[in-house]
Amino acid sequence: MTAAALAPTPTTAPAPAAPSAVQVQAAERAAIDASASGPVLFFFGSAILWLLLATVLGFISSVQLHSPGFLADCPIFTYGRILPAYNNALAYGWATLSGMGVAIWLLARLCRVQIKIPAVLVTGAIFWQAGLTLGIGQILAGKTTGVEGLEIPGSAAVLMLFGYMLVGLWGALLFGYRRQAPAYISVWYLVAALFWFTWTFGLAHLSIQLPGVTGVVQSLVAAWATQNFLHVFITAIGLATAYYLIPKVINRPVHSYHLASTGFWAFILFSGLTGAVRLSGGPLPVWLVTLSIAATILLIVQIATVSANLLLTMDGQYHMVYHSPTIRFTVFGALSFTIASVVGLLASLRSFDRLLHFTFFQSAQTHLLLYAFFSMVMFGAIYYILPRLVGCEWLSSTMIRWHFLAVAYGAGTLIVSLAVGGIASGAALADPGMIFSQVIEDGVRYHIGATLGWVMLALGHVIFAFHFLLMLFRIGQPGGEPTLFAPIGEEKH
Amino acid sequence: MNRSLHLFAGIIGSFALSCYALVLLPQQQLGGLQPQIAEDEGKIVDIYPVKNVSHEEGRAIYQSEGCFYCHSQQVRDEQNGTDLARGWGVRRTVARDYIFEKTPVLGSMRIGPDLANVGSPKWRNENEGEYATYKPKKRDASWHLLHLYAPRTVIKSSNMPPYRYLFETKKISGQRSVDALDLTGLDAPEPGYEVVPKPEATKLVAYLLSLDKSHPLKEVKGSAPEVAAK
Repeated sequence: MTAAALAPTPTTAPAPAAPSAVQVQAAERAAIDASASGPVLFFFGSAILWLLLATVLGFISSVQLHSPGFLADCPIFTYGRILPAYNNALAYGWATLSGMGVAIWLLARLCRVQIKIPAVLVTGAIFWQAGLTLGIGQILAGKTTGVEGLEIPGSAAVLMLFGYMLVGLWGALLFGYRRQAPAYISVWYLVAALFWFTWTFGLAHLSIQLPGVTGVVQSLVAAWATQNFLHVFITAIGLATAYYLIPKVINRPVHSYHLASTGFWAFILFSGLTGAVRLSGGPLPVWLVTLSIAATILLIVQIATVSANLLLTMDGQYHMVYHSPTIRFTVFGALSFTIASVVGLLASLRSFDRLLHFTFFQSAQTHLLLYAFFSMVMFGAIYYILPRLVGCEWLSSTMIRWHFLAVAYGAGTLIVSLAVGGIASGAALADPGMIFSQVIEDGVRYHIGATLGWVMLALGHVIFAFHFLLMLFRIGQPGGEPTLFAPIGEEKH
Repeated sequence: MNRSLHLFAGIIGSFALSCYALVLLPQQQLGGLQPQIAEDEGKIVDIYPVKNVSHEEGRAIYQSEGCFYCHSQQVRDEQNGTDLARGWGVRRTVARDYIFEKTPVLGSMRIGPDLANVGSPKWRNENEGEYATYKPKKRDASWHLLHLYAPRTVIKSSNMPPYRYLFETKKISGQRSVDALDLTGLDAPEPGYEVVPKPEATKLVAYLLSLDKSHPLKEVKGSAPEVAAK
């Protein structure tokens, strides 16, 4: 098998071959969209509800970092319960559900298969959310597993895993019955994401229950699961979406299929080995952390190829960020992916990790990946997909513009505050003479910045949720021409 | 079909590698770790760590309240930070320190100080050198209880939330309770009332005071057990 044979197919999606085929393909796409509409709308709608809940929890936890007495007298609102509830609502509520919705729609479109028995997908999403609701309820009630990153108790995790497996199975069937023979690069990433999540989530929750697994191995399993969730599952869905949306909206193929292929194989080989950097400097054998740092450095192959490929595909078309909401959100996300990856690489090096470990810099990194990259790409995808499911276009480009401004500046403020605060306290603590409580007190100002970021994010999320609701009730502009920030002559869909 | 076989092989193979390198291999290496046994003329004179179940309830409260989202329980060596110079421990912690903890609370953030050795009399949160302008009182059970109820009464500008729900305010009937908190100013209850810890607070503090990973271990340089060094 040569590299060329391993390269993905050179079409971004079925391209019109002859004028007579255009109508046939349009009808086929409409039929696929109609079959996907129910479950995908359900995924998106529930994801947005979780996003609103995560916003409230994230805001509370941020306020508590500069006003520790805020809601402290009620056990369920104590910081040590609100924070894991926030993390789980954002990761398993918003990110996973929006990601699964986009993944299912992309697989149906790219494999050119209609979704049969969509109720299975809806059932899967219901089980997932029942488990998640139960799990977050138990965290707030103080009945957590106590393992950071795997807080949700086993009984709730089983419900979630069952729900996820229904969705994953349907995704695999779409791939199995595909009618587009060579799979596009997005499909590679999506199949990888669906597979890795099931096994990571299942094995991680199973192994922390096993009687033989104790001590630091438990922490290692949790670090491995968290890293796989963020750096394999979430990253793969985000990249699959960006690889689809950017070529599609600007109407030209991906710059290089060889780059895309190289990037994918580097990603799938190295990403899963990076987990131990989360415990760098900790009570583990040195070889483990060294292995993970080496894998993080080798990921430069993926960072370089994916970034170059997406940027070169956009080359000469950057004016599209002024016109297309989808492109504006997706390009923001793609650039954030590059920044998050480079920052992650540098921060994993021992000389930096020594300073930044245990500081809010790590939280900044997580938000860079999960919000500035992934969530922004998901917003872009929802702006692209929803009109195709409900049959009308978004009502107001002003609302989309405000949504973008609020979340872009909100995420920027949040991430920069956390990163600068982390660097400041890390640098201060490098001096053993600096009094610890003094450093923490000096860091409080950065959390005021972070809270300001949360206020902006909340504004953006409310606008987005309202706009989404209007679309659900088919309140929008007539279907056909997408809602743009500014008119553009040559824009085609 | 060939191409998707390669795809599946790559995805499954890479996952197997990830799982093997970061879960199975470490479990194989660390899963069988035993306590250190020091022998003196054929007799076992020293065992560390020891299995201690008496603080499991306190530890469960530490976990359910999420203390580990702000406090780590791992001490890094000199090359990896200033943990030792700060007085958070006398040596770095290693895997053997945690073998009896089903779910170790290593933590990933330090919004508060490291607590791996907080029960040790040698533990301190600041340098003894010229920069130390702040001298804490002795950190005994009553210090910890007061700190849990109203952190800022013992640490000026502490960023820790108060855990008042682990305490109850009672009317003093006859004699004042022995474990009532010595509160002054705004934190003090109304006259005739007293603040006493609920069992949760007492257990949590007992757990905190049991935390001590300063025992010498063979694998940590500079901390070889005295008996073995003889």
